[in-house]
Amino acid sequence: MSTRWRSVGILGAVALLVGACTGGASPVASPSEAPTSVAPSVAPSAEPVEIDWWHIQNNDPGKQLWQDLADEYTAAHPNVKVNLTVLENEAFKTKLTTEMQAKTPPDLFQSWGGGGMAEQQKAGLLKDITADVASWKDTINPGALGMYQVDGKQYGIPFDLGMVGFWYNKDLFDKAGITTPPATWAELLDAVKKLTAEGITPIALGGKDKWPGMFYWAYLALRAGGKDAMANAVATGDWSGTSFVEAGKQLKALVDLEPFQEGFLAAPWDGAGGQAASMANEKAAMQLMGQWAPGTMQANTPDKQKVKFNLGWFPFPSLEGGAGAPTDGFGGGNGFAVGKDAPPETVDFLKFLVSSDAANRWGALNSGILPTTVGAETSVTDPDLKSVLENRAKAEYVQLYLDQATTPALGGVINDAIQTLYAGTGTPEQVAATISDAAKTQ
Amino acid sequence: MTAALQSGARTRRRAVGAWATIGLFMLPALSLYVLFVLLPIAQAVRFSFFKWNGLAPLTEFVGLANYERALADPVFIGAVSHNVLIVVLSLALQIPFALGLALMLNRRFRGRAALRLVFFAPYVIAEVITGVVWSLLLQPGGLAEGALEAFGLGSLYHPWLADPSTVMLALFVIISWKYFGFHMILLLAGLQGIPRELDEAAAMDGASRRQAIRYVTLPLLGPTLRVSVFLSIIGALQLFDLVWVTTGGGPVNASNTMATYMFDWGFRRFQLGYGSAVAVILFILALVVALAYQRFVMRRDIEGAVTIYGG
Repeated sequence: MSTRWRSVGILGAVALLVGACTGGASPVASPSEAPTSVAPSVAPSAEPVEIDWWHIQNNDPGKQLWQDLADEYTAAHPNVKVNLTVLENEAFKTKLTTEMQAKTPPDLFQSWGGGGMAEQQKAGLLKDITADVASWKDTINPGALGMYQVDGKQYGIPFDLGMVGFWYNKDLFDKAGITTPPATWAELLDAVKKLTAEGITPIALGGKDKWPGMFYWAYLALRAGGKDAMANAVATGDWSGTSFVEAGKQLKALVDLEPFQEGFLAAPWDGAGGQAASMANEKAAMQLMGQWAPGTMQANTPDKQKVKFNLGWFPFPSLEGGAGAPTDGFGGGNGFAVGKDAPPETVDFLKFLVSSDAANRWGALNSGILPTTVGAETSVTDPDLKSVLENRAKAEYVQLYLDQATTPALGGVINDAIQTLYAGTGTPEQVAATISDAAKTQ
Repeated sequence: MTAALQSGARTRRRAVGAWATIGLFMLPALSLYVLFVLLPIAQAVRFSFFKWNGLAPLTEFVGLANYERALADPVFIGAVSHNVLIVVLSLALQIPFALGLALMLNRRFRGRAALRLVFFAPYVIAEVITGVVWSLLLQPGGLAEGALEAFGLGSLYHPWLADPSTVMLALFVIISWKYFGFHMILLLAGLQGIPRELDEAAAMDGASRRQAIRYVTLPLLGPTLRVSVFLSIIGALQLFDLVWVTTGGGPVNASNTMATYMFDWGFRRFQLGYGSAVAVILFILALVVALAYQRFVMRRDIEGAVTIYGG
């Protein structure tokens, strides 16, 4: 799973080589020591204040952009000092866990929202910023905003939201005589058969990492049962609905066609012989993946250049007879959560980080970060990323990835259970029951 | 009488003094041992009685529920059986193979030093690198498939690491490749400690080469063999890095070991209480095996006696 997050926003990712990069800026004062005597209002005070800020955009150009924004903010607010800590994804998780256990979370830090953030909130480590952001929260994409809420209260703000869909090789589709991307599940199965008949591997899948396979089941469940059934299951932990069994049955229909590359159960998402590499080197015709896919594919070509074939994107097909709208989707991205001891200025700084100006600059980088600030979508010019954004705009409902929306423990069970469908060791009924049972006990 | 009493008291005093000295000298090492070995173990045991995600305060006491859950989980039982499988295969195949090589390399012939180096080299390579290299070799389109095809044996290729029924055997081959050189060097060192005169004497008495190995070499190699077996068992029980890098415990948990299972639950799913319980089970298992082995198998070696009549 980690690879996915590493890939987010790191176009042309060479993250593996980067290692832990702390930027040398270790926090000077811990949050509890920072002056917090200012009146608890949103208005910045003139008293000196320090904000500890951790982010994971450890590669340029994103890293530089955050630095520039911090510099601009402190120039305009001389009383505020921002202590930047830039971490590689895995190093961030380790370091944050340590700080969390010591009950000293940073003032502002990387968050993916969902179940992981809810666990931090339940441990009393986050600050409720609902009232502080009330005046400007409408400038943020509501679907993305919802991923950073627990029980209706806001604990963080997203700056990036992407969606999962099919990335496909137009040249290979042409070769198999498929002129329009499949719009229904039946058409997709049909396309798989046509590609197979042409001797082309229809789908690349990184089965070792488990979560790439989870996307199919999750999408099918969303298409079969609709957004209410999905949202209800995530919220209440009741996964016994029929749509979750139906998802398994439909997925089995796909698996039975043997559409995946040889040895896919041992293939990773990112890395030699993996899903991204199979796609990038034209050994497979399509893959279901998020907005970071072009960047990771580029990193998995021999010359680290953009893929040579015509890359296209289409949303997950609709399911005949299903209750779900074909525009609904799964997605996720990056945001910042606010630590429990953060000075009030933190929220004002956060507002600045997701302002139209900042979001437009992020979009213009075309780095895979898809701004959540309303109106900033137009700043993205890369055609692949634009197609993701267009579909995100159409979606009435974007559900956070199942393994992120739930607790890490339940997310692991979901991924494990779904993998048994691919390996042929589990039945659709068993998968739904396993997830349902685990959700009840956790 | 008085003299005897005085002498007794002096002896006692001297004994107390000696213990104080020993204690003083042991203090630095002992405090480090307590701080970095005993305390963490005690912590893990404590955590294992709680349901804990690492963030919230340690309040949800669940008693032995974590242990019950582990022992009732077919995935964990599967992981234990994979460890046992590696132990059995290592003892049945890997050590005899290493012994055969050691016997061969103990004779004089050209290129002996080079061969020793070649066989020992895999042991020097980091486990993570071994895992990556072997997964590249074995993956579809990798060197293994290419080599088989070059000899017209392409049909023999199978994505072994991707098939739940073959993944453990593939891992065993990788583990053996990595460690046979280590056992070989260990046994070679043992062989070189056996005086050549004994072999010559056996030959004089009309023993065949085979008989000499069976009745002279092997019994004298006993202590080394037992150490080799011991290290092999403990290594197999603690197996982690290679498996984690090569397969991540998959597909569908077919190659989980106790250690990968523990890591997955403790540090990826953040059920630190449950992960601690698994760690404690692993620790107890390894400890029991180690103590039993030392008590029953290696006792004579530890006492320093020379074993004459085999293990």
